[in-house]
Amino acid sequence: MQEVIKLEGVSKRYGDFVALHETSFSIGHGEFFAMLGPSGCGKTTTLKMIAGFEQPTTGKVLLDGADVSDVPPYRRNVNTVFQQYALFPHMSVFDNVAFGPRSKKKDESQVRKDVMEMLEIVRLADFAQRKPSQLSGGQQQRVALARALVNYPSALLLDEPLAALDLKLREAMQIELKRIQREVEISFIFVTHDQHEALTMSDRIAVMSAGHVEQIGTPEEIYRNPSSLFVAGFIGSANLLAGTVESSSGTEYVVALKSGAKVKVQHHGSTFSTGEKVSLMLRPEALNPVAGSRGDGLSLGGTLTDRVYEGATDRLVVRLTDGTEVVCLTDSDAHVAHKVVGDSVTINWQPQAGYLLAGWPEVSGSTTTNVDQIEAAL
Amino acid sequence: MIRSRTKVGKQLLNVLAGVALVYLFVPIIFIVAFSFNKPRGKFNLIWQEFTWDNWLKPFSDPGLTDAFTRSLEIAAISTLIATFLGSLMAIALARYSFKGHNGFNFFLVLPLTAPEIVLGSSLATLFLGQNFVDFGLVTIVIAHVMFQVSFVALTVRARIRGFDWTLEHAAQDLGASPMRTFWKITFPLILPGILAASLLAFALSIDDFIITFFNSGSEQTFPIYIYGASRVEISPQINVLASIVLFASVAILAIGNFSGKRKGSGRKQRKLARA
Repeated sequence: MQEVIKLEGVSKRYGDFVALHETSFSIGHGEFFAMLGPSGCGKTTTLKMIAGFEQPTTGKVLLDGADVSDVPPYRRNVNTVFQQYALFPHMSVFDNVAFGPRSKKKDESQVRKDVMEMLEIVRLADFAQRKPSQLSGGQQQRVALARALVNYPSALLLDEPLAALDLKLREAMQIELKRIQREVEISFIFVTHDQHEALTMSDRIAVMSAGHVEQIGTPEEIYRNPSSLFVAGFIGSANLLAGTVESSSGTEYVVALKSGAKVKVQHHGSTFSTGEKVSLMLRPEALNPVAGSRGDGLSLGGTLTDRVYEGATDRLVVRLTDGTEVVCLTDSDAHVAHKVVGDSVTINWQPQAGYLLAGWPEVSGSTTTNVDQIEAAL
Repeated sequence: MIRSRTKVGKQLLNVLAGVALVYLFVPIIFIVAFSFNKPRGKFNLIWQEFTWDNWLKPFSDPGLTDAFTRSLEIAAISTLIATFLGSLMAIALARYSFKGHNGFNFFLVLPLTAPEIVLGSSLATLFLGQNFVDFGLVTIVIAHVMFQVSFVALTVRARIRGFDWTLEHAAQDLGASPMRTFWKITFPLILPGILAASLLAFALSIDDFIITFFNSGSEQTFPIYIYGASRVEISPQINVLASIVLFASVAILAIGNFSGKRKGSGRKQRKLARA
């Protein structure tokens, strides 16, 4: 894949504060790339350095193979969709979109053609003469998109573009964005703190935390094989159980959980030595509550403490014998349907569903039930 | 707390409001009304009879007319200079934080709070002592620019405080040079604020008596001429010219208000659309 953007050892400091530690990655042509992380993780700083509004303290930003670290924003072939759109209030939709081509002194008849073509793509051709203030939030968003895309940039930078929209509109715009991206075949670099948005839209995701890139990969890689406890907790929801490696043979591990229970894990990828502190990650949808106990190292016993009907699924909260709460998602018509709060249940999972991570979580159990943890992450 | 007003209370409030309005407008109405008076003798003080004569010959008093045009000239020149300097100050103050930011603010407010008599006399001593320029047009313009600049800077700054500076980023992001960004985006958007400030500055200049009095030398401005003439003659032309100034400023204000209101409602709509 042809590289459009490449960061080489880029870092950013403001005085003593390190907004971004040395980071290197590249983004390919036509890729939908998300930078995902809680606020203050350095994702917006990274975006600003690509756009040219911030200069890297160290390292280089390459655009189409050329070093643009010292090139001002108005001479870089990237465009940005700002969080609040930043449409020019005194100009019509048409003039807003035409601003870029006119700045490049393009021929006016060509400008007309390009602008109307782009307004067609974002389905706003009928609104060309309106002022931005006469448009709804979603329409303004699409004007901002058209205004950026009409320049046919090497890459389009989007800074939390959907954050200002309400939920329904946001979901519709996610689909719309993907459609437009396929149509124009331009790389989109998308900054968001919404993991759901990143998972559904991106080709690849860079998960960031505290100025570090924690992991880069496809949504599936990141969801299935998170590289750290942070990623595991931030992407989707996870049950994280602290334990110690007791023995291993090849990819087979026996882990003694803090509660004393021993579980078998088939783990591929990184290796762990005997005695190492690890966390067992179990995704809620991989857990199966059954009645009665099974002693095969792929199950844990507990008590049902809550059940929430969510339409297609039931969300069950199970308190394990050591007090840790885990969350299971099951089909509403599963065979535990008759279980009520207070009943004892056993949760079990398939051998490949367990996944090991280095270190112990701050709090064992589900990452979706601990309010403090979620707040700390956001 | 919501309390239903009694009928009497409500009427009392209306009466009070009426009295306040009368208090504000009677002097103005008086000025305009007496521009249609045909005075007996040199003093236009007692109503005699209605006439169009004064309005048909507004410039029949050559001294007054000279002073009036001189005032307009001074106001035009000083307003141009003050608006230019003051707007640049306002942009710098609103946009950047720099060393001495607060000190600068303090110095801007000083000319507004210091008594005019002090400003006027100290300026006069400055001009006298340094002896680099004779009293006249130049000294008046310098004096006017001095206090106008503060008004302009503070007014423009207040108007652009809510300016969304990411619009400038957006323009640069779209390939506009800093110059193009300023002229196409920043300037048109802050222009209403600048115009409002310059109107205020113009009015202040036309109106100023005390500071001008100290620094005018033999130059006669409109207020100074009237002051001097009032001892020997108050011609109805004074009322005519004053009425012209009054109507002109009301008209400009109305236009400014009207276009400002349209812009304001647009902004409100956009906020609603976002919410």
